[in-house]
Amino acid sequence: MMKQISINVNGVTHTRSVEPRVSLGDFLRHEIGLTGTHFGCEHGVCGACTILVNGVSMRSCLMFAVQADGCKVETVEGLSHAGAPLHPLQQAFRDQHALQCGFCTPGMLMTLIELLSETNNPTEEEVRDAISGNICRCTGYQPIVEAAMQAAKAMREEKV
Amino acid sequence: MARQIGLSVERLEDPTLLRGGAKYLDDLSLPGQLHVAFLRSSHAHARILRLDVSQARALAGVHAIITMEDLEAYLGTVRMPLSASPTKAVAPITPYILSGREVAFVGEAIAMVLAQTRHIAEDAVDLIEIDYEPLPVIMSAKEAIADGAPKVRMEAANNVLNRMHVAYGDVNEAFSGAAYVFREDILQHRGCGHPMETRGVIAEPRMDGSLNVWSSTQMPHDIQTNIVEILGIDDNALRIITPEVGGGFGPKYCAYPEELSIPAAARMLGRTLKWVEDRREHCLTAVQERDQFWSLEIAVEADGRIRGIRGELIHDQGAYALKAVNLPYNSATAVPGPYMVPAFEMKVAIAFTNRVPASSVRGAGYPQAAFAMERLMDLVAKELGLDRAEIRRRNLIPPEKMPYTKPLKARSGAPVTYDSGDYIASQEQVLAAAGWNDFRARQAEALKQGRYIGIGLAHAVKGTGRGPFESGTVRVNPSGQVSIFTGAAAMGQGIRTTLAQICAEQLGLTADKISVVCGDTGLAPLGLGGFASRQLVTAGSTVLLASREVAKKAKKLASHMLEAAEEDLELVDGKVKVKGSDVGVTLGELARVLKGAPGYAFPPGLDPALESDVKWQTEALAYSNTSHVAEVEVDVDLASVKITRYIALQDVGVRVNPMIVEGQIRGGIAHGIGNALFEQMIYDETGQPLTTTFADYLLPTATEVPNFETIYRETPSPLNPLGAKGVGEVGTIPVTAAIISAIEDALAPFEIRIAQTPLLPETLFNLIEDSRARGLPHA
Repeated sequence: MMKQISINVNGVTHTRSVEPRVSLGDFLRHEIGLTGTHFGCEHGVCGACTILVNGVSMRSCLMFAVQADGCKVETVEGLSHAGAPLHPLQQAFRDQHALQCGFCTPGMLMTLIELLSETNNPTEEEVRDAISGNICRCTGYQPIVEAAMQAAKAMREEKV
Repeated sequence: MARQIGLSVERLEDPTLLRGGAKYLDDLSLPGQLHVAFLRSSHAHARILRLDVSQARALAGVHAIITMEDLEAYLGTVRMPLSASPTKAVAPITPYILSGREVAFVGEAIAMVLAQTRHIAEDAVDLIEIDYEPLPVIMSAKEAIADGAPKVRMEAANNVLNRMHVAYGDVNEAFSGAAYVFREDILQHRGCGHPMETRGVIAEPRMDGSLNVWSSTQMPHDIQTNIVEILGIDDNALRIITPEVGGGFGPKYCAYPEELSIPAAARMLGRTLKWVEDRREHCLTAVQERDQFWSLEIAVEADGRIRGIRGELIHDQGAYALKAVNLPYNSATAVPGPYMVPAFEMKVAIAFTNRVPASSVRGAGYPQAAFAMERLMDLVAKELGLDRAEIRRRNLIPPEKMPYTKPLKARSGAPVTYDSGDYIASQEQVLAAAGWNDFRARQAEALKQGRYIGIGLAHAVKGTGRGPFESGTVRVNPSGQVSIFTGAAAMGQGIRTTLAQICAEQLGLTADKISVVCGDTGLAPLGLGGFASRQLVTAGSTVLLASREVAKKAKKLASHMLEAAEEDLELVDGKVKVKGSDVGVTLGELARVLKGAPGYAFPPGLDPALESDVKWQTEALAYSNTSHVAEVEVDVDLASVKITRYIALQDVGVRVNPMIVEGQIRGGIAHGIGNALFEQMIYDETGQPLTTTFADYLLPTATEVPNFETIYRETPSPLNPLGAKGVGEVGTIPVTAAIISAIEDALAPFEIRIAQTPLLPETLFNLIEDSRARGLPHA
C-alpha cells in the first residue's frame, strides 16, 4: 500500500508515493537523495538525524514520511550551497574545530539553528542543554559550544 | 620555505562535511543493488537443530537467502582468516563467515537475506524458522578458565585461548626484601567503541570478474588480503574503498564476517549487495573491550620507592578472535607506565566466553594498565601517609634517564624504550596549573558546607606510531595541484589536512592546493591503516620524506630550465624561483615536462614524473606522555558525580596542527569520562545483552562533559623525521584513573576504596551505603 505525499524540503516540493512505514529520514536520504541527514541509532537518542519540520526540531528517524505530508522541512543541505559562503554557524563550526568525523554534525547544526532562532544570545548552559540530545563521539562537545557562541555573536552583529 | 607545520590550518575536510555533502557508506547507492539483513543468533550458546528458510524465501521482494551450507559449497570454507597477523591461525579461534551448526554469542550471523529493500529483508529474517538446542553459557572469564567449566565452543579444546607470562627482574627478591607489600583486586570494563556511523559494506561484482568493495573500515588493506584469500580472486581484480568514515575508535580496526559474506554472496549471485549495520547490531557484533580481572601486588621500600609489581590478569576475549590478540598484551606490558619498576611479573589468561569478540577500543588495553598502576600508586600513598603526587614523584622516570629501556618486548620484538619526555616536569606543571597544593584548604572549606569535593592525579605513557611502515606517494600534476596517495586511513581525525600541511611546507604551497587520497587499495595498494595512534608518525614521516624528494627533483629540473644552480633556487608560492628574483617556473610546468611527451627526451639525470614514493619504516614506538588532574564533586545522597574541573597535560612531540591535536585530546578525554562513569555493555546470566540502545548504553553527552584545560609540552621524538608522537588515544588513557582517584578523595570521610570501572551510580550508591552502615562518616 503506497500513499502519495508532498513535502517541501529546503524550498522545493517533492511529491512521491511511499510506503507508510518509511521514516522521514529514509525518505529524505533515499527517496530524494539528500543524504546529509544521518542515522546514528534509529531509535531517537543520538540526534544525528535531527531536522526542522515547520521550524521545529524533529528526529527524522522517529517520524514517518507520511506524517510530514504538506510540511515544510529544513535539512543541513539548505543552510548553504557549494560555492556560496558557509552559514555563520557552519563557519563557526569550522573555526572552532567543532567537527571531526562529521557524522553527528548535520544534527548538531539543525538543533542549534533552532536554538539560535529562539535566542540570539544563549548562555553556555543553554547551548549545552540544547545539544544534550545529540551525541558526538569525537569532539568532547566543548568546541561545539564555542561554535554556537561564536555563531550567536556573528548573527547578532549581522542583524545590527 | 613557508612554515606550515605547527599552524592550526583549517581542515580541508570541513566544508563538504558541514554542507552535508560528504558520502558515507550508507549515502552510496549503486544501480540494481539488493539490501542485506542478517538472521543472528538469539542464544549465547546453542546448537542449531533446524533452519527452514522456505517461508522467508517465498516473500515477495526476497531474491535469495544464503546459509552456511551455501557459502561452504561456494567457498570451500566458512572460517574467517586471522587478521592483523603475519601468520595464519593455527587453532580454530576465528569466527565463522556464517555459522550453521553451533552459535557461541548473541548476534552471531547465521543467514543472510537479500531483498529489494531493507524493510523486506528484515521482514524475511523474521520469517526464517530456526530451532535451537541451548547449551551451557559461560559469561565470566574467571569461571571460563576454572577446571571442569563447560566449553564456550564445543569445537575448542578448552576455554583458554592463550596464557602469557610477562616478566623481568628478580621478582621474588623484590617482594621478600620489601618494607611493605600491598594488594589490590580490580575489575575493568570499557564497553563498545560506538562511532556515530556504524559499520557497513557494499560489494559490486562486475561482468569482467572484478569486484569493488566499499567498507566503513580502518583497515582496507587487511580486508583486501582476507577477501583474496577466501574468494581466491586475483589481487588486481579487487579494490577496497573506504568512503567518508564517521568515526572509528577501534571497532572498525577488524575485518568482520560481513566483510567476507557480502562480497562472497555478491560474487556468487552476480548482484551488487549493500548492508548497513544498525545500532543494535553494533552492540551485538562490533568488538568491545570487556571485563579484565586484575589481581596485583606491589612491593615498596619504606620511603615508597617501588621494588616490584606482580599479578595476574584474566581477560574476557569473547567467543572468538578476529585478529591477533593484542589487548591483554598491551595491558600487561603497559602497567609500569612512566614509573621505574625494577622487577615485574604478570601472568595473563585469555579466556573465551559466550560474548562477542573483544578487540581494541580507543586506547587498546592501555587505559586499563594505567588505571591499575595509578590505583597502586594511590594505595601506597594512602598506606604510607604520603601525598599522591609525592609518591609519584619518587617513582617517575627522571629526564636524565631518557632514553629509558624497560626489559620488556614490544610486539615487533624490539625492546620497550621510552624515547623522550620529562615526566617529573610534566607532573609539576599540571599540579601548578591545578592548584594541587591549595586543594586541601578548599576541600575542608567545602566539607564545612556539606559538599564533598575531591581531586585526582594520573599519569600515562602511550607507545605510538606503530610500524612496520606506512605508504605514501606524492605527485605534482601538470595543473600544479598536488596529489598524495597513502595507505593511511581517514576516519574523521583530519589526517588529510595534517598530511597536506606536511607536504605543503616542503613544496612551498598551502595545504589547500593538495588533495589526499586515503583508504583505497586501488590507488594505494600497500598500507596498514588507522590504529595505535600511528598515522601522524608513520604516514606523516613518509609524506615528509616523499615531499622532500619531490622538492629536490623540482629544483633539479628547474635548474636546467632556468640555468641556475640548485642551491640558488627556492620553492615559493607554487614555483621554483631563483632566490631574490622574479625568475621562476611553476611546479605545474615542471610536472608537465616530467609527465613526458611522445619522443621528447627528459633533461639529463631526470626520470619520469614529478613524484616520489616512500614507505617509511619503524620498529620503535614514539612514547607520548600525559598527566591529568580531575576535580569532582559527589552528591552523596544521589551518588552522582560532577566533574568540576579537568586539566590535561600532554607531551605529544611536535604538533603539526595544534587545533587538530587539541580536538583529538578533548575527544579522547570525553571517551575516558564515558569509561569512568557510564559505559558498560551489560549482559544477563544467560548471555542476553541488555544494553543495545543508546537509552540503555550511556554515552557522555554535553551536560556531563566539562570544558577541559589543556597544556602541551613539546619534546620532539628522536625516532622520526617529524619529531612527532601519536595523539589519538593519548587523551583517553589516564582519564579513568584521574576521575576515580578524585571521587575516592572526595569521599575520604566515607573511607571508600574504588577498584573498578566504570563506576556506575548504583555501584557508588552501594559503596556509600555500605560505609554509612559502618557508621561513616564519623560525626
